[in-house]
Amino acid sequence: MAKNNFGEFTKGIIKENPVLVLLLGTCPTLAISSSALNSLGMGIAAAAVLICSNAVIAALKRVIPDSVRIPAYITVIASFVSIVQMLIKAYVPALDKSLGIFLPLIVVNCIILGRAEMFASKNKILPSILDGAGMGLGFTLAITFMGIVREILGSGTVFGFDVTKGKVEPIGIFAITAGGFFVYGILIALVNKIAKRPNQSPGCAACPMAAACHGGAKKEVE
Amino acid sequence: MRSMLVSLAAIVMSSILTENYVLSQAIGICPFLGVSKRMNTAVGMSLAVTFVMTMAVAVTWPIQKYLLLGLGLEYLQTVVFILVIAALVQLVEAVLKKYIPSLHKALGVYLPLITTNCAVLAITVLCATRTDKLIYGMEYGFVSSLVNALGAGVGYLVAMVLFSGVRQKMEDANIPVFLKGLPITLIAASILAVSFLGFGGIVEGILGVA
Repeated sequence: MAKNNFGEFTKGIIKENPVLVLLLGTCPTLAISSSALNSLGMGIAAAAVLICSNAVIAALKRVIPDSVRIPAYITVIASFVSIVQMLIKAYVPALDKSLGIFLPLIVVNCIILGRAEMFASKNKILPSILDGAGMGLGFTLAITFMGIVREILGSGTVFGFDVTKGKVEPIGIFAITAGGFFVYGILIALVNKIAKRPNQSPGCAACPMAAACHGGAKKEVE
Repeated sequence: MRSMLVSLAAIVMSSILTENYVLSQAIGICPFLGVSKRMNTAVGMSLAVTFVMTMAVAVTWPIQKYLLLGLGLEYLQTVVFILVIAALVQLVEAVLKKYIPSLHKALGVYLPLITTNCAVLAITVLCATRTDKLIYGMEYGFVSSLVNALGAGVGYLVAMVLFSGVRQKMEDANIPVFLKGLPITLIAASILAVSFLGFGGIVEGILGVA
């Protein structure tokens, strides 16, 4: 049992990494990863929300009627996001400023709703917490790695420290959204090459709402 | 009056070209990558997003201004907005199904997905934070928010339609194996986003607003 639980924790870090393998949470990954520090902050904030929401949803899974589960999950997630938002505003106001609109947008981060729907609603509290912690850590690691790559290329710094010493001209385009798309694409190609996995086509499969949309959209979209 | 129209035009143009949600702010990426394979699904999804965005702003703007700000409950913003959006999407779906079945047939399949589309929550939060500030020389009010939401929706449509064209061309292209699928899609999106950088300063230049 203990070993099993440990597996729930570690799977999110590499084998089922939410960003690089499950391809979830693309919006914050692309938008925030222009600097390593912001990415780390975003990762920790999302991980905190994920752990708490997974725990509460696993605890309430018998109480929540199946037909209104998505709104119920969203309410739970939104409450935790509000708490995290207030904590960040109070203690790290600089981070609040640089994450801006993406802080409230954690509510609609597909990783969090996806884990609620796919894991926490079917499992006990402890495995759900470990799953949340693993997925949160996987998200944090992936987004921070992307942040480091983009910060070196885009502004020649890592966590704000000058590493290129002005010897290499930074490529500004990596600091904006276009660079985010590019780095993310290359990163996924590399991960698939290393893991010897075929590249997926982006589609509805990863979306947590896929089950909720009557299956009608799926047919239409495929 | 004229200056008001100029300000509104500036809001629309900037939300389509320079502040494009998908291509310059990376908001609403999941549907952008997920349903842009074919032109008709791309258009359907974007129209549904535009519709819900405008409706959502029409509902949340008064809530923010008179309820949350009026009672000092700003900290409930995230919870209230997402619940309003979720309820609104259900309502819109039911109303369309009953009264405008043809529109429901075209947009219905996308509606349930839109609750968790970050573009909708993003526009409501953005409009709420801009409330009563000066944007393009005009005090940002209810009309500006609606126009802003409509513009952002049209910007979404533009990005989706352009990108679905690119993806249709890519189907026949000879792509290196390790870039096939998602990686090349993301790189194409990156190039499209770079091309939108060319619009920088166009709004200020054409309309002469600061």
